Amino acid sequence: MDVLIFLIPIALGLGLLGLFAFMWSLKAGQYEDLEGAGWRILDDSDLQDRRPGEPTDGRADR
Amino acid sequence: MNAPRMTTVDRDWNAFATPRTDGTVHMDLAVEGITCAACMSTIERGLRTLPGVTEARVNLTTHRLALGWKPGEAEAGTLIRRLEKLGYRAHPFDPGRRSAEEEAEAKELLRCMGVSGFGAMNIMLLSVSVWAGNVTDIDPATRDLFHWISALIAFPVVAYSARPFFRSAGRALRAFRTNMDVPISIGVVLTLGLSIFETLRSAEHAFFDSVVMLLFFLLTGRFLDHNMRRRTRSVAENVAALRVESAAKILPDGQIRDVPLSKVDPGDLVLVRPGERVSVDGVVEDGSSDIDQSLVTGETTLVGVGVGARVYAGTLNVGGLLRVRVTAATEGTLLDEVNTLLESAAQAKSKYMRLADRAASAYAPVVHASALLTFLGWWLILGLGVADSLVIAVSVLIITCPCALALAIPTVQVVASGVLFKAGVLLHSGDAIERLAAVDTVVFDKTGTLTLPEPRLLNGDDVDPDRLDRAGRLARASRHPLGQALAEVTRAVAPPMEVREEPGRGIETALDGQFERLGSPAFCGTDPAAVAALLARFPGASLVAHRVGDEAPVLFAFEQGLRRDAREVVDRLKAMGLAVEILSGDREAAVADVAATLGVARFAAGLGPTDKIARLETLKADGRRVLMVGDGLNDAPALASAHVSLSPVTAVHLSQAAADAVFLGDRLAPVVAALGMARRARTAMVQNLWLSVIYNLIAVPVAVAGWVTPLIAALAMSGSSVIVTLNALRLRLGTGATAADHAPVATDPTAAPMPAPGVVRT
Repeated sequence: MDVLIFLIPIALGLGLLGLFAFMWSLKAGQYEDLEGAGWRILDDSDLQDRRPGEPTDGRADR
Repeated sequence: MNAPRMTTVDRDWNAFATPRTDGTVHMDLAVEGITCAACMSTIERGLRTLPGVTEARVNLTTHRLALGWKPGEAEAGTLIRRLEKLGYRAHPFDPGRRSAEEEAEAKELLRCMGVSGFGAMNIMLLSVSVWAGNVTDIDPATRDLFHWISALIAFPVVAYSARPFFRSAGRALRAFRTNMDVPISIGVVLTLGLSIFETLRSAEHAFFDSVVMLLFFLLTGRFLDHNMRRRTRSVAENVAALRVESAAKILPDGQIRDVPLSKVDPGDLVLVRPGERVSVDGVVEDGSSDIDQSLVTGETTLVGVGVGARVYAGTLNVGGLLRVRVTAATEGTLLDEVNTLLESAAQAKSKYMRLADRAASAYAPVVHASALLTFLGWWLILGLGVADSLVIAVSVLIITCPCALALAIPTVQVVASGVLFKAGVLLHSGDAIERLAAVDTVVFDKTGTLTLPEPRLLNGDDVDPDRLDRAGRLARASRHPLGQALAEVTRAVAPPMEVREEPGRGIETALDGQFERLGSPAFCGTDPAAVAALLARFPGASLVAHRVGDEAPVLFAFEQGLRRDAREVVDRLKAMGLAVEILSGDREAAVADVAATLGVARFAAGLGPTDKIARLETLKADGRRVLMVGDGLNDAPALASAHVSLSPVTAVHLSQAAADAVFLGDRLAPVVAALGMARRARTAMVQNLWLSVIYNLIAVPVAVAGWVTPLIAALAMSGSSVIVTLNALRLRLGTGATAADHAPVATDPTAAPMPAPGVVRT
């Protein structure tokens, strides 16, 4: 059962990592707008004028 | 004379902005008309491309926009005009009125929930190993190690996450009361103590997982509850912000600026333009006009005011331009009376004992007594050792942990208020649902509650449609509420180019070489006999005349229209077995007319705030539970003294604050929805309480017998919580139709009480 010496700290460490990630996301305002966040991922307007010379993959407006 | 001045008013947007440490300026705005994700990117892209803008982020959940810009490079006014051009009306929040406390509390709950969730998962990892080991071949030393590690996690987790419960329990005990948090705190502390004691004894069972899981469940319920109320409040705040609670202040140097109400002090001079709501209480220093006081007194007849007259916040200026000297809110005679009544009504209102508190006060003694009896029974009668008897007694406390009981009512409240939210009803307090369920009498105010705030054309069918359109075209140029109502029912779009306005009388223009007038019958030179004839047909109506050249003027009769579904709502309330009454401050004839149309037998007219309370007291003395629905300032005390109260979103601020819930939109249907939902919710609450009683009836004997292990505790706890939550979720079934029906009203009713911002002036 010596392996427990490694397993328990690893398990707790992973848990703590998750906790810190949660605390960070809370502080960074990740839960401020749950509805909007779901839609933002579909918004590709930030990609449109990235590289002017690139093929426009069918978009008529570029 | 007033037209040019109206356009030169600058809004002092900077009063709404807060500077940041990095040199930029920040402002939060409530935005009207955001419906989907496309709106979000339209607004953000439209604003980010402007120079100087550092931040533009729409929150789709709260319909708010966070704006940041560099002062000097951009300006608040330009940004807001840009938004208007994009098609969104926005208004900043008054920074003095935002509640940071709420936010902080929600974040604390979420943090506590996160910590307890972490603790629960990690301890469960160890506990499952122990449980598995107990039935196989775990080494006692390993088990002790696992228990100690669990203790090491559980201690700080409880110390951190249970603070909201400890605080609330402490507050209750200091006031010599008890609430649900008292047994929760006792249970948590005892369970933790017992587990440490058992670990010290190298026992097989320790309840570290139970205590942390209990906290996690309870915090989840509490966070959901809190979040629901916060969402309701944020919508209410948006509505308030969009109603533009600002005043046009006249600065000492003669400049006029629109400032938030919090920046207006007694003694200041403000300008009240025609068609605008008076935003302050004060005395007229200059100008004369007609004032629509219906929102304040319930009376629909216009009141003439001149120099020295008193005007009240919430009234509508329909005539000329007024300069008003602001008086302190408490000095106003009417407001004074209302405030005193409001205070005494709130005090006299018998404290309603909430279902949850009643359950808690019954629960705590029973559970603690049975734990004590268990201990005494095992120790004295069955002769078990003190330590072992104590372990069994505490296990009774653990198994009866008020998990299900603590979730029984909040979950129902969360689900019910969520459904009501979609139906356009915003609850101010969770126990309003319970009180609504007990209602047996509904009392309506007339003006602004049964009727719509906007006037309605009565004789539209008598008038030639082309003539109507022609009048409507001229009416587009008017800021008078009747003019705007006329323009609304016609197909007219653009007003004539050159319009001259005579304040308080009407407007005129020369169109195609023909002279045209719209205004009071006298202004258009109408035959008094025609006026009398029309008034005989529509008693109490307000008249507008339209004259083209030398032809005889055409008359339009207006009346404050009933809400579209008023009759239907009254019928449905009667069908639900409720008594319906009307109490109004308006004239007898007008009230009798409405009562007859709606089929309401009991009504009273010409009532002041005191009379309304007196009537409610009589009803209360008869053992009635009254739901009061009202909007005016004169209704506020009655709203506070009724068993439960609702007010439309167009109501004055004081009334909204006094009411238990606010409903959105032009229809009365939310009143029925609220009552129906409340009754179902109440049933679900009682069911949930019985479910937890049944659960305890099964679990307690097991615990008293001393058979409870941590595994059984964990299963029972989560099982009962899940059952109670599922029962609450049942309320959502069968409400889909109403939700879809009313969802869109959430943003547009705010536009109703105000003149459209785009109205063209000369």
